[in-house]
This record gives sequence, structure tokens and C-alpha cells, in this order.
Amino acid sequence: MLMIRRAITVFLLAILQSPPAAAELTVQILRGMAETVPIAIVPFGWETDSAAAWDVAATVQADLERSGRFRALPRSQMIEFPHQADAVDATDWRMLKVDYVVVGQLVRMPDGRFELRYELIQVATGERLLGTALPADPGALLPASHRVADGIYERILGVRGAFATRIAYVAVEGPPTARSYRLVVADADGANERIVFNSPEPIMSPAWSRDGRSLAYVSFHSSLPAIYVQTLKTGEQVRVSARSGINSAPAWSPDGDQLAVALSRRDGNVDIYLLSLATQELRRVTDDPSIDTEPAWSLDGRSLYFTSDRSGAPQVYHLGLAAGDRPQRITFEGTYNARPRVSPDGRELAVVTLDRGAYRIAAVNLEHGGMRILSNGRLDESPSFAPNGADIIYATREGGRGVLALVSIDGRIQQRLAATAGEVREPAWSPFVY
Amino acid sequence: MRLMPILMIAAGSLLLVGCPKKPTTVPEAPAETTVPQGSDAAGAGNQDQVGKARSLPDASAAGSATSPPAGVATGIYFDFDRSEIRPEYASVIKAHAKHMAAFGAARVRLEGHTDERGSREYNIALGERRSQAVRRALMLEGAADGQLTTVSYGEERAAVEGSDEAAYEKNRRVEIVYGH
Repeated sequence: MLMIRRAITVFLLAILQSPPAAAELTVQILRGMAETVPIAIVPFGWETDSAAAWDVAATVQADLERSGRFRALPRSQMIEFPHQADAVDATDWRMLKVDYVVVGQLVRMPDGRFELRYELIQVATGERLLGTALPADPGALLPASHRVADGIYERILGVRGAFATRIAYVAVEGPPTARSYRLVVADADGANERIVFNSPEPIMSPAWSRDGRSLAYVSFHSSLPAIYVQTLKTGEQVRVSARSGINSAPAWSPDGDQLAVALSRRDGNVDIYLLSLATQELRRVTDDPSIDTEPAWSLDGRSLYFTSDRSGAPQVYHLGLAAGDRPQRITFEGTYNARPRVSPDGRELAVVTLDRGAYRIAAVNLEHGGMRILSNGRLDESPSFAPNGADIIYATREGGRGVLALVSIDGRIQQRLAATAGEVREPAWSPFVY
Repeated sequence: MRLMPILMIAAGSLLLVGCPKKPTTVPEAPAETTVPQGSDAAGAGNQDQVGKARSLPDASAAGSATSPPAGVATGIYFDFDRSEIRPEYASVIKAHAKHMAAFGAARVRLEGHTDERGSREYNIALGERRSQAVRRALMLEGAADGQLTTVSYGEERAAVEGSDEAAYEKNRRVEIVYGH
């Protein structure tokens, strides 16, 4: 074990607690649901008349509206500001044509921590649907507010909210001769950006560990591509694969013990391997003269989906990991289907598909094989599911510039996340972190 | 102007062809300079005077180990999603392989690239396959395995910015880079 630890290059990054990234992401909602849920989020009560330590209601409102599924009543149109369910007059709110009201209080506790107390009321029935108290450290009022939004989203829509999650992506700035690549992690709304790693050479393929604590990615900073695993909290970066040829497309196994990777090694033939992180042991799982790459794990960790051009053009295949299992082709529509990602419920794959001359994001149903085109760009790529399965984030172009986009799984809601400077690409949505 | 490098190569080739390995053309050769003429020892001890042969840089060949052969293209271009080397590049491959064979110290990096379309990771694999195709072709024509390294950048490093076929066809390439 010690020997293996020593064989791995380990170094702490000096830029660990780096300042926020210079180019911030801004969110723009292009299209929402035709039927959005009307809701009022009343400003939370606070101990004095002075400004509260945090405007919880503003964060909750921004989250719910940004999801494209809610329509919030502006504060200026509210006629009363209750802080508890028993003070909510359903008749008044019915007049304002909202279906739900959120009320709450931000309370400072004797130990210096805070508590976010909130209640959700259904206006039609006057029923109190939620009553929750969420403790939070003074520095955690923003993530705590996202969790309030998560709770409301789930109680109304029946799907867990993903506002308290994060996205990793690659940001690129500068002319071709002086590029700067940054691996960035931000909150799901694009705020709170932190640089994880930066390099003048390409950074690619960020992938989250299932516990949300680490990222695997490919970096060319040593001039040849290698796969690294970096722990976000400590910044510790471990080089896990720097073999001859390409080292690419890492995907974390559900148990966190292995990475599925695409290597070409000395013979130059790109195949998929399983790399044990503890022992560095390598197991080859495909062996075909064609390209086999972009592995994605099934939920149970017993099989992989991957891209192969063994039929003459890229298509998605499914391969069990038991001895003797043979790859089964999954996609048959069109001449290009690549880069599968499995939905959190395991029923669908998000893929990049060539649709009438344009590269678009599609969802492939794994039961009947049907395909739905979800995006409408020309060069869309790198789809990644939100951990609640409600949305897919992907990379697209806008005015020749790389931006991120978000589409709901039914294709109805569309958003853009553009950097204020430079390009952003290869988004990876984190798992749930609580 | 275009004739110059070609003539230089032609001259180099002629010299190569017409150059049997006669010790007399190599002033530093130990066999020539250390055999004492008419010595008593001639005969028995003669063989001990011949040192171990070493290869010499061919000063007559054009160019150097750290630069490509003069006048020869350093880009091999590919069809969309393909990694077969088109017939028109056979002479380019041959010229590089010959140059590498002539300069044993030459080290060449084959950088595989794709256009921006499709998936990034698939493009890394496609760029790798292109650089491997060029590597194999160079080896078939006489370059040594140890002289060649490959790297794929996929779609990360476009030669030409732009999202049209004119840009794409210049980006689907392997660059033959000397000095690595």
C-alpha cells in the first residue's frame, strides 16, 4: 500500500483557497413551462428591523424562478408579510392568484448559529404542507437557503430539488497562442465560483465522485495527457494514469473504488479499462480495433455504456462486466450517437446525436429505444444530468462562443449559462451533497 | 524558389546513393589513421588496431535532425471521422520517413487533431487514431519506433478558427513536429 502511495504523484496545490474565478456565469432563462406554478415567497422575519443576516426568501425565489417551473409574486404586490403559517390569510393570497405561500423566519440561536424556519401553505385549502427548521452555521446561509428551495420544490412537484448542488466545468480564455484553462466548481446557479485547477495546457473531462468530494479530470499540463483525481476540500491532486498514448474520459464507479477510463497505451488502440484507485490495477474491458471510449456506469455498477465506432460510425453500446459478457448496441437512429450519460433513475441515456446535420443532445429510452431530441444548437455536446433527473446541462455555442445550456428532460425549459468573459464547456453536475 | 529545396534533396539523395562506405572518405576513421604502415607487427597484431564502428551523421544529407526535410509538408489532412491516410500524402510520408532514417537522432511528435464537431472525448480518440495511422505509415517507410511519439489534442487546438467546412478540413490533421 505504501509503495503504491509513493508511486503516485501527490502534491498540494498552492492555489487551494483561490479567489473567485474572474469570469462569472450569468443565467438567462430562454423558455419556461407554459404552466408555471404561481407562488409567493414572503420575506423572512428577522429579530430586529435592521437588515437580516441573509435574505433567505430572495435566494429561494431566484432558485424557484430559475428552474422555469415557478412564477413568483413580486414583493411589491404583496399586501401582508406574515412570518408564520397561522398568520397567513388564504383569502388575501387567493385574490393575488397564487397557489402556494412560503413564510419563515431567520433566527439567531444562543450558540451563534442560525435556524431557517419555514412553512409552505397551499392557498386553495389553507393546508400547511411543510414546516421545517434548518440549522446553519453563519457562513452557510446561502447553501441553507438553497436547501429551503429544494424542500419546497420537492413538496410541490414531487421531485427532489437540486438547488444545493454544484456544477464543475472548464473555462477557457485568451488567444490560441496564450490560452488559459481553468477547472471551476460553482453552485448550481453559477454563483460562488472557485478555481480547482488551472493550466496553460488543455483541461478536459471533469467527472464527480459519487460522494461529491472529488473530481477526476484530464490535464495536459505535463505536456502529455494524464488523468488526475483531486479532493476538493484539501486540493490534494493525485495522478492516477499517465500511460503511453491517450488517458481520457474518466468515469467514477458507483462505489467510488474504480475509474472507467479510455486508454490507447502503446498499441494505439483506444479501449476501455477499469482502473482500481487503491491498487492501480488495470483491467481491460473492451478489446476491439475500433475506438471504444466515453464510458458511463450503470446505476448498479455492473455494466458500462460507451461509445464505439465498431459499426463504422460512433454508436452507443452496453457491456456487462461479468466474464463472457458481449457488448450490445443501444442506439440505431442516425449516423452519430456518442458520449452516453445515464439518468439518475437509470431509465434513459443522454447522448450527443447527429440530427439533420446538427450535433444535438438527445434522450434515449432504455426500455423501448426511442429517442427524443432535446436541444436545438448546431454543436451541442457534453450532456450531464442534474442529480434529480429533471434537467440536463450541456455545452453549446452562442455567437461562436462556448456557453453552457440547460434543458428540462421534457425539452420545454431552456436556459443559458454564459461566462462574462471567455468560453465555458464540459459541464458536470454534482451528485446530491446532503 | 520552389526548386531550391527539391534540388537540395535530389543532391542529397544522389550523394547517398553514390556513397559506398569507403574509409577513405572519413578522415577521422581510426582504421585509417592508426595502422602503422610497413610495421614489423603487421599481420599478427593488425586486427587489434581496428576500433568499433560507429555511425556518422550524414553531412551530405539536407536538413538536420531537429527540423523537417526542406520543402516537405508537415501536415497530413483527413476526411471527416476518418483516420485513413489519403493517397496524396504517400510522398509526404515517404519524405519524412527517409529523413528520419537518415537522421537517427531525429525525434518527432505526431500531434493528432479533429474538427470541432461531435463529442470531445470521442475526438480525443479519433485524433489518437490519426496520429497512430501516421506513426505506422512512417515506420513502414523506415522511421524507427523510438523516434516517434504521439499525442492527441482532439478538438482542443484548431489550426483555423471557424465553424465551416473550409476551417474544418484544415483542422482534421496530424502535425509532424520535429525536435521532441
